[in-house]
Amino acid sequence: MLKLELNDDLVSRARKAARQITGSFGWLFEDYSSLTIERTVLRMMGLDGALKDGKPLPNVVTDQLKAKGALGKGAAIRLANAMLNKDLGATQIAEAMGQHHLDITALPMAPADEIYSLLQELTDTMLGHISSQKARREEMFRRFGPRRVPAIYVIVATGNIHEDVVQAKAAAREGADIIAVIRSTAQSLLDYVPYGATTVGFGGTYATQENFRIMRAALDEVSEAEGRYISLTNYASGLCMPEIAVMGAIERLDLMLNDAMYGILFRDINPRRTLLDQSFSRMINAYAGIEIQTGEDNYLTTSDAIEKAYTVTASQLLNEQFALLSGVKPEKMGLGHAYEIDPELENSFSYELAHAMLTRELFPQAPVKYMPPTKFASGNIFKTHLMDAMFNFIGQLTGQGVQLLGMMTEAIHTPHLADRSLAIENAQYLFRAVKDLSSSLMLAPDSFIHQRANQVLEEATLFLEKVASEGLLEAMARGEFADIKRPENGGKGLDGVFRKDEDYYNPFRERMMKELGL
Amino acid sequence: MKKQLIRPYGDTSGDGKLQLSFSLPVSADAHGKEAARLLLRQIGLDDIEITGMRNLNEGFTHFIAYAVTSAGVDPDSIKVKVVETPVMDMEATDAYIKERIGRELTVVGACIESDAHTVGIDAIMNMKGYNHRYGLERYQGFNAVNMGAQVLSEDLLAKARELKADAILVSQVVTQKNIHIKNLTRLIELAEAERLRDKMLFICGGPRISHELAIELGYDAGFGTGSYSTDVASYIAITMAERLARKAK
Repeated sequence: MLKLELNDDLVSRARKAARQITGSFGWLFEDYSSLTIERTVLRMMGLDGALKDGKPLPNVVTDQLKAKGALGKGAAIRLANAMLNKDLGATQIAEAMGQHHLDITALPMAPADEIYSLLQELTDTMLGHISSQKARREEMFRRFGPRRVPAIYVIVATGNIHEDVVQAKAAAREGADIIAVIRSTAQSLLDYVPYGATTVGFGGTYATQENFRIMRAALDEVSEAEGRYISLTNYASGLCMPEIAVMGAIERLDLMLNDAMYGILFRDINPRRTLLDQSFSRMINAYAGIEIQTGEDNYLTTSDAIEKAYTVTASQLLNEQFALLSGVKPEKMGLGHAYEIDPELENSFSYELAHAMLTRELFPQAPVKYMPPTKFASGNIFKTHLMDAMFNFIGQLTGQGVQLLGMMTEAIHTPHLADRSLAIENAQYLFRAVKDLSSSLMLAPDSFIHQRANQVLEEATLFLEKVASEGLLEAMARGEFADIKRPENGGKGLDGVFRKDEDYYNPFRERMMKELGL
Repeated sequence: MKKQLIRPYGDTSGDGKLQLSFSLPVSADAHGKEAARLLLRQIGLDDIEITGMRNLNEGFTHFIAYAVTSAGVDPDSIKVKVVETPVMDMEATDAYIKERIGRELTVVGACIESDAHTVGIDAIMNMKGYNHRYGLERYQGFNAVNMGAQVLSEDLLAKARELKADAILVSQVVTQKNIHIKNLTRLIELAEAERLRDKMLFICGGPRISHELAIELGYDAGFGTGSYSTDVASYIAITMAERLARKAK
């Protein structure tokens, strides 16, 4: 059995530092909220739809509350009050606000017990629905058997949800276990979630609730036909993390990309906004039984994969601790890493193996998400296909949770139908060929792979201890993550962060925290 | 004397062998295979061999084929536009700038509009560079400002104006539905409207960008796959030196 001799002292020091870093944000999570969190609350109250010009109804409501300086109580109380006053549903209220200039902040306040009782009812309905989706997923896994390890994860990215469905079904029938529908490249910076089915986008189409529904229905059909539950994933990242998380929970997505720091570092979203949004969005993921996946691969596509390997480990540990704070269980934490070392380097495979084993052994319960070579993928599809095979070899050998398959046409175009099929064939061949190989192998004591893994762990530990003593926001402002400077008050979306009033109320957060034991 | 045409080479001179791979909305059977063969026939290929046929499900099949083309290219008909300035390493470029220009050159770079992929601009600009070639930030001769991803054309031009940039560097990685062409055109049109176009070099880069395309879109130069920071740095230094020399006359 392949096993590392990890320095246990370093492991506990690194975790301790990560816990210290993430534990210092209680002030933010408890005292602040954001526009997208409030829009999420509105969606959970049953508000959905858009005005004729495409403006989503949740935005209609929060924009008015913001303009009137009336966000402090939270959107839940305001909308519930309007529903009681007008005896209308959530959607009708928002439509009246958008079309007939109804000002819900000018309405008299209904008795508090009536507002709370309506909110309790709406909370029961929404959380009941999300729980039933969770139960449905669990039932299907029971009926069809668990996901294979590593699971085969492929993307579809035609830019048209209906075309995506065809490609997703084809991939599922060929053996894919998880389908990711790639979003349009600019969606992460939209401060709203588009409405309805979409047939446009660049490098993918929009994450919308209707698109989620369409794809989930198609995959349910294939799941029944193939006798294998096909999971669906999308991206709860950008300026709308919790809204997309709740849409995923409602429509039974099974995994979601949800990284605590990705938006800050790689999309220049304000640090406070992202940390706040990830906290609530992950709580929704946790409640819905959705597996989160983190984006550590990005550290390696922008920096050297050997020199900066420790940043992956450090980020994984921070993502783990932030996730625990939101109630995500270790077996639902798809922490990320990637096979991105320069193939021209001697012993690159040994380095990759060391890094892959380190992740696996630091997070033994986690369905680790392993990303394929992209940085050194070129127009030479034959070489890329070979690199993907080496990547698949390590994935099976070290039992990674989810293998995000590499495509031979990486760096050329979004995958053609045949590219995806060849990628699945490649993975299935390697997975079969080395299925039980690990049980016959041992690493030589004190050999390179042990040393390398411990070296990365040590660098990560020292880095986290330094960040713990400085503070995470200060470290990010100084550019200590991914060589990118992100000041606390810089980036997009800070104007959407506000301090809660004393009488602020988010019934969904309270209930989920209680049920998640937080 | 008969001119020698350029023809594909498999294992014998001039055999015209092509290797093909494509998918069709047909079933993986004799009928589908014949459809693949007829398609290649229509392209004008001979000696068609369908060597691989893989069922892709949902009514699609993948074919791998070999065939022979009678086409050949006249070497004299080949005309390409390439960046013609010589390529120097970092030390030589820095020395060149010091001697010929005598001040730092300011370069503002960004992935513009919808493009969120910084891998190209980072490879050229970041300190670290790519494949053993340092990025412009490392050069003494450059003041390199990398604005990152999803930068609006307006913001890029404003920054270039503010810094009195000598060159603007634009990366476009995402190319679905020719979005890169739209974005690059938008930037140039804005630059012209704001009378910045002739005040600085406009350079674009990305996997689907060639020098020829760049010229066509109104840029000074374009750098495609396989270009390094050294190519871009040398081009900027030499072109700026020539421009300044012309101005001085």
